[in-house]
Amino acid sequence: MTREKIEEVLDEKGIARAITRISHEILEKNGGAESLVIIGILSRGADIAKRIADRIREIEDRDIPVGLMDINLYRDDTHFKLDQPVIQRTEILFDVAGRNLILVDDVLFTGRTIRAALDQIIDFGRPKSIQLAVLIDRGHRELPIRPDFVGKNIPTAADDRVLVRLNETDGREGVFVVKGGMKKPVPEIVASKKRRAKGGKK
Amino acid sequence: MQLKSRHLLGLEGMTEEEITLILDTAESFREIIERPIKKVPTLRGITVLNLFYEPSTRTRISFELAEKRLSADSISFTPATSSVKKGETLKDTVRNIEAMKIDMVVVRHSSTGVPYFLTQCIQSNVINAGDGSHEHPTQALLDMFTIRRKYGRLKDLRVVLVGDIKHSRVVRSNIWGLKAMGASVAVCGPTTLLPVEIEKFGVDVYQNLDKAIEGADVVNIMRIQLERQQAGLFPSQREYTNLFGMTRERLALLNKNYTIMHPGPMNRGVEITNEVADGDASVILEQVTNGQAVRMAVLYLLSGKKAEEE
Repeated sequence: MTREKIEEVLDEKGIARAITRISHEILEKNGGAESLVIIGILSRGADIAKRIADRIREIEDRDIPVGLMDINLYRDDTHFKLDQPVIQRTEILFDVAGRNLILVDDVLFTGRTIRAALDQIIDFGRPKSIQLAVLIDRGHRELPIRPDFVGKNIPTAADDRVLVRLNETDGREGVFVVKGGMKKPVPEIVASKKRRAKGGKK
Repeated sequence: MQLKSRHLLGLEGMTEEEITLILDTAESFREIIERPIKKVPTLRGITVLNLFYEPSTRTRISFELAEKRLSADSISFTPATSSVKKGETLKDTVRNIEAMKIDMVVVRHSSTGVPYFLTQCIQSNVINAGDGSHEHPTQALLDMFTIRRKYGRLKDLRVVLVGDIKHSRVVRSNIWGLKAMGASVAVCGPTTLLPVEIEKFGVDVYQNLDKAIEGADVVNIMRIQLERQQAGLFPSQREYTNLFGMTRERLALLNKNYTIMHPGPMNRGVEITNEVADGDASVILEQVTNGQAVRMAVLYLLSGKKAEEE
């Protein structure tokens, strides 16, 4: 197998700094944590959402409801793909109506995942506002969707792959760009999938 | 992980991994039917034909609701008001409807093998909603789903299927499914209602209910088909109730955290008493709710699979 060019663009400290900054910006924009609820998109968006909620608790001494969602049932490309995604759980155990909802994902790319997430949120109620927080914005939008809070903007080519690795899911931390690696398997990805399968993840 | 076939004809030969995939997926759909808006756009653009040649309340409504909640377009076919009455064959009927561009067919028929036959004459994905006394896979899947939700597993549980074992399609699907998942399965019924060589299925066979249910975790009670009573398969309803009816007294023989199941429709006072049917350990209504989640999961998992894949 040919070696891919893998570049680390954020390390563990960089991710922590980005999450701290996003948390402060969320509080600044919303005038505190009172009206906030956070929903992360599975799987790594949910991990980041929990970290943001933890950071906000440290800053404001206030717990914010955290939900997680699987957007696969709201995708518009299910029937074009041969491999159907395995559906995971959606857990939103609070009322979103009238709240300022922060939607969190790890990487913002075409915007189609976010569109699906917005559709699903609306099925749960009518938030006062929905704001988007992403750890990485890599560009190449196919829909008119714009994040409110960004950890790091990374210029990429369309066929590059951006990998976010978090301790909770992958047992390691870092954000990597694989140049031209869109179609090819990357050793790290294969390894991490195996690890997750072993961990008995649903 | 994917299902191997693009049809669901039965649980015979289905692996533990495939069944687990269906049950895991059903967990997500169970959450959806608890929401205020019980609908997702997943099957938008897919058309499902419900072909029910036999009467059915639960299964038909459950499938129809599952389809609607996945945003599929669904049509239901009733033979009594169709050209079947004019002598049209099953094959012609289905091929004509398929020519109107449908994607999936859910079929219930009194003859064994009809779902398989349909896979040979149409391109759509076929789901068996009960064929003769052969299989009723979605019922068995919802039974397993209900048990797994309560105990967190199926492996090593002792499940007893009681009643008309011979004519029950639910029993066959349950045996194959439960065995694949590592449960221990026993069947119990009058000799006249036990198929010949049933033990070859790898199950314990009893004609004494008290012995069968001793130490069992789950008792799944099958309906006594009263219409078959004329055939003289058992002497009287009263005798059947005495020997094979699930009564409150018999519950003491079961394991502590036991579960009572029944696929419905129930003959109260015959195979099950009111006290047992409405007792705390009865999950009969939960089975009905779970049926919808399981059927949504099956529709979802089969919907993306096209004929060219095979």
